[in-house]
Amino acid sequence: MDDLLRDLYQEVILDHGKHPRNLRHPEGANRQARGYNPLCGDQVTIYLVEDEDGRIADVAFEGKGCAISMASASMMTEVLRGKTEAEARRLFDDFHRLCTEDGFTLDQAYAEDREALERLQVLSGVRAFPVRVKCATLAWHAMTAALDGEGQATTE
Amino acid sequence: MASVETMRTPTAGDNSVQAFDVERVRADFPVLQQSVHGKPLTYLDSGASAQKPKAVLEAMDEVYRTCYANVHRGAYYFSQHLTDRYESVRTKVAGLLNAASDQEIVFTRNVTEAINLVAHSFGNSLSAGDEVIISEMEHHANIVPWQLLRDRVGINLKVVPIADDGSFRLDAYESMLGPRTRLVAITHTSNVLGTVTPMKEIIRLAHKAGALVLVDGAQAVVHSKVDVRDLDADFYAFTGHKLYGPTAIGALYAKAELLKEMPPFLGGGDMIRSVSFAETTYADPPHRFEAGTPPIVEAIGLGAAIDYVNGIGMEAISAHEAGLLAYATERLSAVEGLTIYGRAKEKAAIVSFTLDGIHPHDIGTIVDREGVAIRVGHHCAQPLMERFCVPATARASMGLYNTTDDIDVLVRALEKVKELFG
Ligand SMILES: Cc1ncc(COP(=O)(O)O)c(C=O)c1O
Repeated sequence: MDDLLRDLYQEVILDHGKHPRNLRHPEGANRQARGYNPLCGDQVTIYLVEDEDGRIADVAFEGKGCAISMASASMMTEVLRGKTEAEARRLFDDFHRLCTEDGFTLDQAYAEDREALERLQVLSGVRAFPVRVKCATLAWHAMTAALDGEGQATTE
Repeated sequence: MASVETMRTPTAGDNSVQAFDVERVRADFPVLQQSVHGKPLTYLDSGASAQKPKAVLEAMDEVYRTCYANVHRGAYYFSQHLTDRYESVRTKVAGLLNAASDQEIVFTRNVTEAINLVAHSFGNSLSAGDEVIISEMEHHANIVPWQLLRDRVGINLKVVPIADDGSFRLDAYESMLGPRTRLVAITHTSNVLGTVTPMKEIIRLAHKAGALVLVDGAQAVVHSKVDVRDLDADFYAFTGHKLYGPTAIGALYAKAELLKEMPPFLGGGDMIRSVSFAETTYADPPHRFEAGTPPIVEAIGLGAAIDYVNGIGMEAISAHEAGLLAYATERLSAVEGLTIYGRAKEKAAIVSFTLDGIHPHDIGTIVDREGVAIRVGHHCAQPLMERFCVPATARASMGLYNTTDDIDVLVRALEKVKELFG
């Protein structure tokens, strides 16, 4: 099996893809948005519970999609908890760079993002598969749409 | 100047099955000699778009190099020469479909444009409450233009359900035909399920009810001989790029008496008789429906593609593909966890499938690393995906150049997918 594929479909990703964490509709969700990838029909709905301080107290998702988009959504829900809106958006910026920029390393990221990015790094295999970057970022686009109060995000 | 017409002479229809030599055919397609990710290309996506034989590439190249000019305008030699060749392709298309006259052939960019043309030039004559019938297995190209017509004039759009094996439900269809049915727009062959619809019967029943029929022939003309007069089709649309021809050229067949009554679709040059600011009169069909400079060289390429296909013989191609379909169905059915969508008795060489627990998008990426090109996704048929409760499928679609080896490579690649996903 070739190395690029092994890189893309690491054990962690396959595990998250098959057993996504936080796959549920949380009670008290006060922000949500649907992400849609018209290319493959994948869709996820992201739910956020924001507390009075503007921190993400809970985050979960529902949806169907490929291993990459499911794993990415699942892992996103694990790293966003406790973050403010601004922190969540900044982490997406760094994550996006991780998925698209060859040679991007963690020391180029915001110091506060590094711990989360270390966990998300398994998704950087999509760099070698440009059409799959949209799968890896679908949940994140939906998350930002939820923060923007837009209800809907597409990867186009 | 080599003329396109003399490049290939058709072989006799009867012995063409035996004469079919797939290795020789493959040698005609330069792309098939390419490698992808260090593996020989295994092209199983002809249903999306077919590869082009050298005859098509050379015909187009030759025009650009030796005699290019605009058509229908110049008094000079090249323009006249190319106009004649362009118009001769109309005759070839008429031959391909067995139309009564080449005046019944309107060049379009593709099937999509052909259907939109009918939805406007014919569709706009319908009234609120009139009915158009489509089916559950239509391509978006044969759904959206009718929804737009519904928004414009208030027609009712009715959808014929399909059976679990993917076959067209004639019984349900017959019960939907009524006094308000004005048009039936149905695919001749499903691009997802491969189902060949009972078009002759569909048309007979529609005519009995006083409705016209538009046939989406995008997938049908490439797999079998089409005879619009035997079918008694009113409109028949196809697209060149799936028939081993270039992109941006397709055609609409319409019965002469229908075209005569239809107003133009797009306005501009080439489609007029005379223009003044007070009044413009339109050209006769088919030119009335061909506004602007057409895809000239693409039309020449389509002509070469038709010659190429005729040279091999559609019967031979159908027989070859039937063998491939049987082999692919057997081999794929034997893959554990694989489900095939579409098992109609009458079927073209198209196999849609899913693998248990593995999303088609992942399948597509992994088999691509083995050099295998298949389509994954909703195939521009989202309502059909919903009908089968899947977000997407993988699809292997075969053409005249595919071999049983291609299927073996696909099956091995699918085993790798399963291995990776454990
Ligand atoms: C059944 C069917 N109809 C219509 C189309 C649209 O063809 P085009 O994009 O060339 O207009 C296709 C091809 O994708 C098809 O398979």
